[in-house]
Amino acid sequence: MSIFVDQTTRLVVQGITGRDGSFHSKQMLEYGTQLVAGVTPGKGGLRFEGRVPIFNTVAEAVRETGANTSVIYVPPVGAAGAIYEAADAGLGLIVCITEGVPVMDMTRVLPYVRERGARLIGPNCPGLITPGTAKVGIIPGNICLPGRVGLVSRSGTLTYEVVNHLTRNGIGQSTCVGIGGDPLNGTSFIDCLRAFQDDLGTDAIVMMGEIGGTDEQDAADFVRTYVRKPVVGFIAGQTAPPGRRMGHAGAIISGAAGTAAEKIAAFEAAKIRVMKRPIDVVELVQSVVK
Amino acid sequence: MNLHEYQGRVLFRAAGIPMPDGDVASTPSEAESIARRVGGTVVVKAQVHAGGRGKAGGVKLAKSPAEAAEAAGKILGMTIKGLVVQKVLVVPAADIAQEAYVGLIMDRASQRPVFMVSPAGGIDIEEVAEKTPEKILRLAVDPRYGLLPHQALTLALFLYKDIGQARAAAKIMEQLYAVFTANGCSLAEINPLVTTPEGRIIALDAKVSIDDNELDRRPDLALLRDETAEEPSEVQARRANLTFIKLSGDVGCVVNGAGLAMATMDLVKYYGGEPANFLDIGGSSNPDKVVNALRIITSDPEVKAILFNIFGGITRTDDVANGIKTALAQFPVKVPIVVRLTGTNEVEAVKILQGIGMKALSDMDQAVQQVVALAKEAA
Repeated sequence: MSIFVDQTTRLVVQGITGRDGSFHSKQMLEYGTQLVAGVTPGKGGLRFEGRVPIFNTVAEAVRETGANTSVIYVPPVGAAGAIYEAADAGLGLIVCITEGVPVMDMTRVLPYVRERGARLIGPNCPGLITPGTAKVGIIPGNICLPGRVGLVSRSGTLTYEVVNHLTRNGIGQSTCVGIGGDPLNGTSFIDCLRAFQDDLGTDAIVMMGEIGGTDEQDAADFVRTYVRKPVVGFIAGQTAPPGRRMGHAGAIISGAAGTAAEKIAAFEAAKIRVMKRPIDVVELVQSVVK
Repeated sequence: MNLHEYQGRVLFRAAGIPMPDGDVASTPSEAESIARRVGGTVVVKAQVHAGGRGKAGGVKLAKSPAEAAEAAGKILGMTIKGLVVQKVLVVPAADIAQEAYVGLIMDRASQRPVFMVSPAGGIDIEEVAEKTPEKILRLAVDPRYGLLPHQALTLALFLYKDIGQARAAAKIMEQLYAVFTANGCSLAEINPLVTTPEGRIIALDAKVSIDDNELDRRPDLALLRDETAEEPSEVQARRANLTFIKLSGDVGCVVNGAGLAMATMDLVKYYGGEPANFLDIGGSSNPDKVVNALRIITSDPEVKAILFNIFGGITRTDDVANGIKTALAQFPVKVPIVVRLTGTNEVEAVKILQGIGMKALSDMDQAVQQVVALAKEAA
């Protein structure tokens, strides 16, 4: 069991012939993801790696291959357009890897996607993986292990660090989701927590947050009211100075709001077990999962 | 990216927001001629990205062009919160009957632009929000339809009882919203919006921040970046496509990925050290990025030891190892380097490092403890 992606996922890659798109498409194919189509306007009719059909539009790809999920690797200026196109083609899940999408674009994209009943993950995210079944995005497959711990995170490599610790200690994952480091994104911690709580294949949840905004505080409130499964948390950026954007567009302490201390306090108040170091994930997860 | 007040004024005035005349000066004589042109008493304001300019002596009244030159002479070159004042804004002093606050921010929670207005203007709005939240009206705008006329009027009527003044203010709300969306702002603020004794409503300040993600498609806005107001090492890093923030510690950090970079800094602190910087070399790192990163970090004399923490996913760890090798051949690095790498092409990376007599660790905690100990030894 898993959330968002599984054996029924039929993936179309938007921007499959680009540098990043082609590199990661090969990896997703090797992992065994059902990558059924690619889209690059002007390259319709060609095949990726000699087997995956390429189309000019997402709608065509959906019609011909039955794709139900899209992953986007197009440059920032075209990212909003790619999301609109995926939503119009009727895809249920749209994963946008692109970093640097203007926030103003997202204010219009987000309601558009919601009104069409689709879920957007990202932008500026590593995507998600259901170990052993489907990899959608850029999370390295070799560090994951099938299992029953759900993981949701705002970052990429920090997620890999934590997943790697889990895997090396024999703790498998149901699904790992990177929701992205931008201030406005399609899927929140709460969306993932709800899905993990409702997923029969998940026994415990690891939530990796960072400074900036109030998503982690809101997530902590949600844990208190809805989540019955044990949650282990981490907040990156305890040493970050206020007012500076720490790489991720959303990782910024404004005034006195959005600090790591504030978020850790919210986690603790919701009985979320907080890691001091990434490696603490092993001991904390082991303590809650028998 | 934050704009200076004089730059924000250009955007505001182009949208039609009423503001006093005036201009920016880099020398006392320029300030003098602006004061002569606008006439009467003027205010000379330091143009730096720091709050509390007034308290620091960066804002002065001048009753004549000669006084304006004198005030500019005092303010130019002054240091406010570590920033040297390079320019001053010279504007006519306005008579103020009443001050209000109008701000527009990109709100993460509602995922929309949100207006915040308050009749308690001229002071720190965060303080108003904390102490007297009833004095603030918030209104989220649906960006697909823009600020609707009744919304603009509702905001304005929260500030002014007089319908004429409210209509004038409503127009300013619409103009501010137009500035915000046309320039991809994350913040556009008028503090204060003043009522003159004659009852006119004018904006006395312009505070604008632009979403950095807009700059690639808006070269006109990117030109407004004032690199003299930034840490030189940060300017150098941005040109090399690195995300770098200088801090005050002595352990230099080179990491791939923003989250891991923050967690690395935190772990340095956890083990008793102080990080010297935040540095993200990004995803698909080529060796050149590593060379530039090392050049920037080693130019900080405070740095006593350097840590590489690389989790190879898209980043190939052998690229990073090659970057270290190239850098060490190009310029001397006098402080010890601790390398932690794991993931893509790890075996090749370890071989490259062994070839130049360096070891690579695979454990993050071990590497951080080692670099903290080395920095302490050297201190």
